[in-house]
Amino acid sequence: MVTNFFEILISGIFVGGVAGYLGSLMLSRKMTIVVDPLSHLALPGVALALIFQKDISLGAFLFLFFGAILIWFLEQKTKLPTETIIAILFTVSLAITFLFLSEHEIEEALIGDISKIGKIESLITVLISLFVFFLVQRIYPKLTLISISEDLAMAEKIDLKKYQFLYLLSISAVVALGVKFVGGLLVAGLTALPAASSRNLSKNLKSFKFISSLFGMLCAIFGIFISQFTNLPAGPLIIVSGLFLFTISILFKK
Amino acid sequence: METILKVENLNVKLDDELIICNLSFEVKKGEVLTILGPNGAGKTVLLKTLLGMFPYEGKIEWKKGVKIGYVPQRVPFVKDFPISIEEFFKLKTKNEKEIKEVLTLVGFDESFLKKNLGEISSGQYQRILVAWALISNPDVLLFDEPTSGIDISGEETIYQLLERLKREKNLTILLVTHDLSIVFKFSDYVICLNKCPVCQGKPKEVINPEVLSKLYGQEIKFYEHYHGH
Repeated sequence: MVTNFFEILISGIFVGGVAGYLGSLMLSRKMTIVVDPLSHLALPGVALALIFQKDISLGAFLFLFFGAILIWFLEQKTKLPTETIIAILFTVSLAITFLFLSEHEIEEALIGDISKIGKIESLITVLISLFVFFLVQRIYPKLTLISISEDLAMAEKIDLKKYQFLYLLSISAVVALGVKFVGGLLVAGLTALPAASSRNLSKNLKSFKFISSLFGMLCAIFGIFISQFTNLPAGPLIIVSGLFLFTISILFKK
Repeated sequence: METILKVENLNVKLDDELIICNLSFEVKKGEVLTILGPNGAGKTVLLKTLLGMFPYEGKIEWKKGVKIGYVPQRVPFVKDFPISIEEFFKLKTKNEKEIKEVLTLVGFDESFLKKNLGEISSGQYQRILVAWALISNPDVLLFDEPTSGIDISGEETIYQLLERLKREKNLTILLVTHDLSIVFKFSDYVICLNKCPVCQGKPKEVINPEVLSKLYGQEIKFYEHYHGH
């Protein structure tokens, strides 16, 4: 077993948990799919971080956040459909990533690499996860109402722009954390799979949130353990664990 | 009687298009005002403007401290995620006693709270939205196009419910509707709106075939125009 196994596991549990938690909100906002292209925007950030030997989560976060603002800006300016804008930014960022990185680095950017997580890194990961968890907890009710009906939300004097901004910020943070574990290509699965499984099993919002977070954690635990024993990369294994839970959830669907 | 709402020379423009022009009216406490008009006449925009959702020119004066409940038009069913009716109400208030009260007011018992919001009938959903609007005890209810006829026989209709609420809670009601019989049966005052007001006053006094053809005729003319090219 590797020396930093404990750090990897703890970080994984926190990131998986918060990804599952946020994922439940994203399912309700009909926004799951947005994470996928958004997460690819993280790739050039990861590339730069690798080139300059900085933390890839930091690079990813900065690119994601500004990428999201850029999408919003281009949408307002050009009135093109969001999908088109995202497709453009996505392919461009992927192209840039491939241009500048070596084969090994590309693999790390695409499917993640947790082998280098140390004590300080895992502490930072846990702290950021907790912060995002509390942020999401704060905005959850308002965003739920917004997704039920913007009219009802506006009648309650909810500032839609503010909450959408905080929502975007949370997504950027979770994707940035997730990139390290499962990579830029797979991070959408880390938020979508636990939430989708949880919906199959839940009858109300409370259990929906809870099971989604729990499944996020379980995915990380399974993936990291299996990775230790098989020497296969943890990222894809975490996602496959998610698929496993999803399959079970279908069998028990309410 | 006390004036609840006073509107003077209201003009609303959205994306440079005039949606409401030169509208003035007053609502007194306990009155039912209906807003009648064809699609695209600005009825929904009027309610939303009164709620402060759109910019406007002119004057909108609510009585000081007045509390408003709002039932929007066509709130889609929640299918994406599971949420119980109790959890839905808790998005607005943490007061469980109040939640039970409004639920009883619209004719459901407590066991209904555990039900999934996405799995009730559209008539029940409409009642739940009315109950939502009744939280925090409003003086005025703004209701955008109640859908009648979706309640199963034996239950009170949505209009009977509104009548009862008006009586029990002394509500002032502003109602957008297509339904002429409701205007006559239910309201004290009507505004026929097609961007600009076509008629306003007591329903029996101001509504006649001429007014109606003026109100809805324009729509038909536009329609013909559209098809002519």
